[in-house]
Amino acid sequence: MSYYAGRALFYLLVVFIVVYSVFPFYWAVISSFKTSDALFSSNPSFLPTPFTLTHYQNVFSGAEFGRNLLNSLIVAGGATLICLVLGVMAAYALGRLRFPPKNAVLYIVLAMTMFPQVSVLSGMFVLLRETNLFNTHAGLILSYLLFTLPFTVWVLTGYFRGLPRELEEAAYVDGATPIQTLLKVMLPLTGPGLVTTGLLAFIAAWNEYLFALTFTIGNNVRTVPVAIASFGGATPFEIPWGSIMAASVVVTVPLVILVLIFQQRIVAGLTAGAVKG
Amino acid sequence: MLTLRQMRLAWLLVLPTLLVVAFVAGYPLAQVFYYSFHRADISFVEPTEFVGFKNYLFLLQDPDFRGALWNTLRFTVVSVFLETVLGLAIALVIHSNFKGRGIVRAAILIPWAIPTVVSAKMWQWMLNDIYGVINVILVNTGLVANKIAFLANPNTVLWAMVAVDVWKTTPFMALLLLAGLQLIPSDIYEAADIDGASRWQQFWTLTLPLLTPALVVALIFRTLDALRVFDVIFVMVGVNTATRSLAIYNRQTLIDFQDLGYGSAISVAILVIIFIFVVLYMRVAGRGVRGED
Repeated sequence: MSYYAGRALFYLLVVFIVVYSVFPFYWAVISSFKTSDALFSSNPSFLPTPFTLTHYQNVFSGAEFGRNLLNSLIVAGGATLICLVLGVMAAYALGRLRFPPKNAVLYIVLAMTMFPQVSVLSGMFVLLRETNLFNTHAGLILSYLLFTLPFTVWVLTGYFRGLPRELEEAAYVDGATPIQTLLKVMLPLTGPGLVTTGLLAFIAAWNEYLFALTFTIGNNVRTVPVAIASFGGATPFEIPWGSIMAASVVVTVPLVILVLIFQQRIVAGLTAGAVKG
Repeated sequence: MLTLRQMRLAWLLVLPTLLVVAFVAGYPLAQVFYYSFHRADISFVEPTEFVGFKNYLFLLQDPDFRGALWNTLRFTVVSVFLETVLGLAIALVIHSNFKGRGIVRAAILIPWAIPTVVSAKMWQWMLNDIYGVINVILVNTGLVANKIAFLANPNTVLWAMVAVDVWKTTPFMALLLLAGLQLIPSDIYEAADIDGASRWQQFWTLTLPLLTPALVVALIFRTLDALRVFDVIFVMVGVNTATRSLAIYNRQTLIDFQDLGYGSAISVAILVIIFIFVVLYMRVAGRGVRGED
């Protein structure tokens, strides 16, 4: 009796956790499919009835949102690619090779993850103006390396360190140079690590708001988070909630799908990065 | 022979990363320090002028800075506390064996995967004073008589921010704590069962002490994140004295007021505050680890 009561309570708790986690996203999704009349009702339905795709058509009718999506892809993709290439090189050296100031380098990289973006905002602003990279994709990519690169180096160093020594030694015995060993033996083994860290870096860059808001003007470079935050109606009193929710769903669904597919790896990557820090 | 070649290679491989670090972190940081001792405007129309500690002296007397600091501290303490309690509860639930555990683990990752700006917009809609679903639920269940303007009322708006932040970041906390729980060997619980310890006693005398290292790491991460809160508040309520955090005040000074000198001084102050928290945590963590030996 008390066993079943306990079990029932436990499952109630489980249901509560799931509803708490998922409901806001569910509400955004169904809001994006509701007609404006149904959205602005004092007794809203918990199902998307009546169903409409108007808000999605509105979001994509102008060229702007498509442009924002493309900008986000360029910036987040560029930052991810660069930090993976640099990160693999640095992490191989830090995880596999012996050289004197190795720990100092690791601490510098770790310290970078500690300081807040806002505290370099003015300095980064000055840097981007001096290099004429203000309001360019390249400028955003460069500024995003501030938080994607240290994380990538840190996590990949852990991956390289975890690989078995024998493989490397066998390669050396066969006469391979360290570079050949890195490219032909070690790199394929870090494939899963690369996917995880790449994905985490991509998500961080895709979601970034402060730099994107401050270092871009106009729609040519503006990324999706900035666009969504500044979505306005004709007047401050007419906030187009349906369109905002549709745009939100468009940028979030791919992320949620990716995260659910790579669930195990992401949890491992997150906790590895954090617990070692 | 090999070691010398290895060293050269290592340097070659690390160099690009170090250059990027110097360029995107070192140089901007040096600029921030430089301008914090100057009077300067960010459009560089006015000439930059050395003013010594004037910006810092102003900061000490600035009621807006104090207000932002107070908001940030309240936000940080309350949200990190709630996240820790909720995160621990969720971690304990997912750690135990039950049908559908995989689904629950996937479900709690969803808030983490949603961009902060998007979650801010989602909650802004849900907290809408007239059409928001939260008000509808509260009124229909009879919990409140009249709908509440959560985001317009200075007494509720900061706590609404906390609620959104807790929703968004509890999953991360839960995952870190789950990783910590999985490191605890299960046979010590069997021994405790034989000794007749209750579940509650086991939690306090075994789980919590063994979980401390993971807990400290998670606390450091989340505290540092909460101290630099920007997106949630800025997107949901903009620059508003009731919710203005240090990061928001910093950007407002730099961009809206164009004050590069004073804004840089605020940046340095934020760095110092974060540094104080890091040192504090390291001390506590260090003592905790020594205590276990």
